[in-house]
Amino acid sequence: MLEQTFWFLSSNKVRSGLTMLGIVVGIGSVIAMISVGQGAQASIKDRITAIGSNLIIVMPGAQRSPGSISAGRGSAHTLTQADADAISSQISNVKVAPELDSRKQVAAKGNNTNTQIIGTVPAYTDVRNEAMDSGSFITGSEDRSSSKVAVLGPSARDDLFGTGADAVGQEIRIGSSMFKVIGVTASKGGSGFNNPDDAIYIPLGTMQHYLVGGSYVSSISVSAASQDAMPGVQQQLADLLLQRHRISNPAMADFSVMNQQDIISTASSVTQTLTLLLASIAGISLLVGGIGIMNMMLTTVTERTREIGLRKSVGAKKGDISMQFLSESVMLTFLGGAIGIVLGFAASLAISHLANMPTSFSYSSVILVFGVSALIGIVFGYYPARRAANLSPIVALRYE
Amino acid sequence: MIECIDITKKYVNGDTETVALGGVSFRIDAGEFVAIIGPSGSGKSTLMHILGALDIPTSGQFLLDGQDVSDFGDDELAELRNRKIGFVFQAFNLLPRANVIRNVCLPLLYAKVPTTEREELAKQALLRTGLEEDSFYKRSNQLSGGQQQRVAIARALVTNPAMILADEPTGNLDSKTEKIVMQTFQQLHSEGRTIVLITHEAEIAAYAQRVITIRDGSIVADRLNGNSGAQTEVIPGGGFAPPAAGTVSA
Repeated sequence: MLEQTFWFLSSNKVRSGLTMLGIVVGIGSVIAMISVGQGAQASIKDRITAIGSNLIIVMPGAQRSPGSISAGRGSAHTLTQADADAISSQISNVKVAPELDSRKQVAAKGNNTNTQIIGTVPAYTDVRNEAMDSGSFITGSEDRSSSKVAVLGPSARDDLFGTGADAVGQEIRIGSSMFKVIGVTASKGGSGFNNPDDAIYIPLGTMQHYLVGGSYVSSISVSAASQDAMPGVQQQLADLLLQRHRISNPAMADFSVMNQQDIISTASSVTQTLTLLLASIAGISLLVGGIGIMNMMLTTVTERTREIGLRKSVGAKKGDISMQFLSESVMLTFLGGAIGIVLGFAASLAISHLANMPTSFSYSSVILVFGVSALIGIVFGYYPARRAANLSPIVALRYE
Repeated sequence: MIECIDITKKYVNGDTETVALGGVSFRIDAGEFVAIIGPSGSGKSTLMHILGALDIPTSGQFLLDGQDVSDFGDDELAELRNRKIGFVFQAFNLLPRANVIRNVCLPLLYAKVPTTEREELAKQALLRTGLEEDSFYKRSNQLSGGQQQRVAIARALVTNPAMILADEPTGNLDSKTEKIVMQTFQQLHSEGRTIVLITHEAEIAAYAQRVITIRDGSIVADRLNGNSGAQTEVIPGGGFAPPAAGTVSA
């Protein structure tokens, strides 16, 4: 039977090839689109993981004034260094890094830039997975003495001293104060808005005394010991801060607690939607390919009516005839699917090289797509095959 | 071995009922060479469909090898055709892109004969029809009409059926190849095969041993052919003279 099928398809090479092309393009684009989507998902997840491991971030709530005009979430000055110290002393197995952020104009040697100044503590490197490229990060004594030292992010270093320049030991001016550069952090590979590389780190005390004024912090990053410990830590954090801020109703809390997992799942759901969208657009071309198969099979059945009549007269049963046509369409989609997978793989490689977009090629999607292509063969081959099988041999033999 | 008992076949088309066969009875024994002759519209095609198990009668019984097949379903009929009947058609009905051997093997595919045995059986059948061995692997559409019809005869023979049913087998052939093909049938008859030939031409019917004449859905004559003595004779150089037309037509 298989041999028969193959023989027939190969004796109609041009037509079989063209019909198969529809499936090839459909499967190929589904594979390519899924790999682009999964690649984007993986890279976003990587970037979020790069900002810290098992990270929980405490942000102040909205500032509420008697006139009840809200200045927006995160605007209140309710979180303090004391809150951070309390978290660190009362919750076990956590690392705590409070920070105070502000955008400032920074100048060095005639270059200047506007960047994020982050006032923080030595624990920041552990909490936010910060590694050093050269020099060292803020030390405990520098923090306690409110030293005017700065650690540059690689993008900030590039902007101030030129790409790849050695900045350690140089001086920069933030606002009206001069700071000595003591280190440069390793790149985290961000870009665009919220680039984690475009930042300058200074001791928290220095930030509070010289640049902002006030003892509040803009967020507290807390790193739990493991992913499993995160829900417990998050609960303890909330309880502790509610108690410290004397708030009895959790709905009225003047802070919010976010964990990294939530951010990842939010971002993932966005990219998943994107993947689904891309795949369904590609799926439409697959559907069109399937209709092409059905069209070709119907033409074939009409063209081969006499052959069907003959086969029936020499003893082919209904099942034999419908199996013959069904296996022809399944073989077409299967071959088309195989070629499409190879092409889709090649396309995803080309996309990642030429468009510099990350792609990820998963074997589960290959298996899925193979199954789908065989299914298309069955679904779109079924009606033509049934039509062929139900032809009366008398009518079929007489057909001109 | 073939017995038709009061077979009728009616077609209903809207309100009108057409009687194609109105009570036909006859019997064909094993080894006979029978021609069924009649003008177009006489019901001979309908009779051929029933004899070929392509269709079932509206009423009456059709016994093939003692088995009543009048109420068989589609798949049962298909199996019956495969095992008991070998068809030869006017238009040959070969698969044009397939080679000769593959065409002859076709019924064996549905008879579930193992692949390894098929080719040998096909060759044996082809040799009996006298087709030259060098054309066995040619594509069937590269052969002449006479050669194609002999391939078709080989295909009918390959399952060793109880009956060979030929429907106007020479309708598409010139008179020279017609003679060759009819002599092939006579040769097979002399080897003991049962052959039923459907035709509207008296000259073709003359090759048979017995002629059944059908008109308007009924048998009007059933006689042994005067020339049937020539059935086993090897006719040299096409010297066979068909009988006068008056002998057969009723």
